[in-house]
Amino acid sequence: MFGPLVSKPGSSRKNKTGSWRVEARPVFLHKNCIGCKMCISVCPEGCILGTEKNKLEVDLAFCKGCGMCAVICPKKDIEMVKEESTDKSKE
Amino acid sequence: MKELLEGSMIVAKAVKLCRPGVISAYPITPQTHIVEELAQMVADGHLDSQFVNVESEHSAASVVLGSEATGVRSYTATSSQGLLLMAEVIFNIAGMRLPIVLTDANRAVSAPINIWNDQQDTISLRDAGWIQLYAEDNQEALDFHILAYRLAEDKNIMLPVMVCMDGFILTHGIETVDMPTQEQVDKYLPPYKALYKLDVDNPQTLGPLADPDYYMEARYAIHETQKKALALIPKLTAEFAKVFGRTYNGLVEGYQIKDAERVIVAMGSVCGTIKDVIDELRKKGKKVGLLKITSFRPFPAQEIYEALKNVPKVAVLDRSVSLGSFAPLAAEIKASFFGKAKKPKMISSFVVGLGGRDITKDSIKEIYSALTKKEKACEFIDLKPELLKENYE
Repeated sequence: MFGPLVSKPGSSRKNKTGSWRVEARPVFLHKNCIGCKMCISVCPEGCILGTEKNKLEVDLAFCKGCGMCAVICPKKDIEMVKEESTDKSKE
Repeated sequence: MKELLEGSMIVAKAVKLCRPGVISAYPITPQTHIVEELAQMVADGHLDSQFVNVESEHSAASVVLGSEATGVRSYTATSSQGLLLMAEVIFNIAGMRLPIVLTDANRAVSAPINIWNDQQDTISLRDAGWIQLYAEDNQEALDFHILAYRLAEDKNIMLPVMVCMDGFILTHGIETVDMPTQEQVDKYLPPYKALYKLDVDNPQTLGPLADPDYYMEARYAIHETQKKALALIPKLTAEFAKVFGRTYNGLVEGYQIKDAERVIVAMGSVCGTIKDVIDELRKKGKKVGLLKITSFRPFPAQEIYEALKNVPKVAVLDRSVSLGSFAPLAAEIKASFFGKAKKPKMISSFVVGLGGRDITKDSIKEIYSALTKKEKACEFIDLKPELLKENYE
């Protein structure tokens, strides 16, 4: 029996990294977004998807919760929410 | 052909017959003669291998990890402190499922520094994921190397194998062995074909990071594969018998055990001494026997249960100890009987021969006679009480 043993090229898409996230996850508020895509350019995982303003989303299967997107957002439209938060309005 | 040789030379010849492509090792007593001889064979052009000289055991293990990862059969040997220095890489080799074969000339671990035999070094690395086979004599040491490559490289196993042989007692002991021919070994051991390897034409990463989503499955797979090896070893030894004419069980071996009332369980060269004592005691009508453990990893719990379930009194001999706990082999022998209806009335545990203290026939007789008394847990045999009176106040 073999478990995960070998990585082939292109595996960064296959290997999910979301379990690295321990403290907080970004929530895209979709209120004041101007579609500047600064969040996309700073995301080290490249896991923010979308093209239009107020439509950008993060793929939590890969997001490591570094918070770079929330820091760079000029409109403060991305908020880091505690992982254990149950605030439905911020999902 | 029968040959009279030192144990280390026997092992070197066995390794040569297995045609390793890369050998890397750092000399350490009592392993030195093995790799010295292999280096000589390469230098003389008798062995078509690359011998990589390195500055430490950590590097030796790293070199064979790398060479094996490129799909080349690789070999290393070490002992004691050397094995401990390799430890980090030892875990990696098993985790990366690289079927390397390593000879460990079993030696005590510092401090105090001691170059003589016990089995603390390999026992300390029992949890690394390697298969561990313990040889009783040099014929076994020879044969186990050939078996080890075949087992390690089986496409359902792909785990490294440690062939453990008692330092000095076997490595420096001169014995007559039946040396197989190259044709026999080639028949039994086909060329190595890697299932995965470092290859510039087909790039891939071996030993990548596995986060909490992946790690546990990789470790579970090794655990399950060890169990598969338990089933495969007897099949491979049966095939071995057809080619070489020598029969091993490969997991455990009973000696005069069928009607025995008192049985010693042990590993390695001490089994030879025990067999001699059994022959003597049997002549006097004493029903004594031996269960030799050949494969410590995977641990043959079921075979041990079957062999010992009807034996009233069992003594387990360890040439190592888990300081502050029990003797390792004894603890696992006892665990094999947990929850079973049939079990020995008594399983006594003895620690013997640490740091090369001789285990004499008298020591063995003392253990057999101790089995008529109260059960012992981790009793040290042949201690010198006067040495325990040192005082530094």
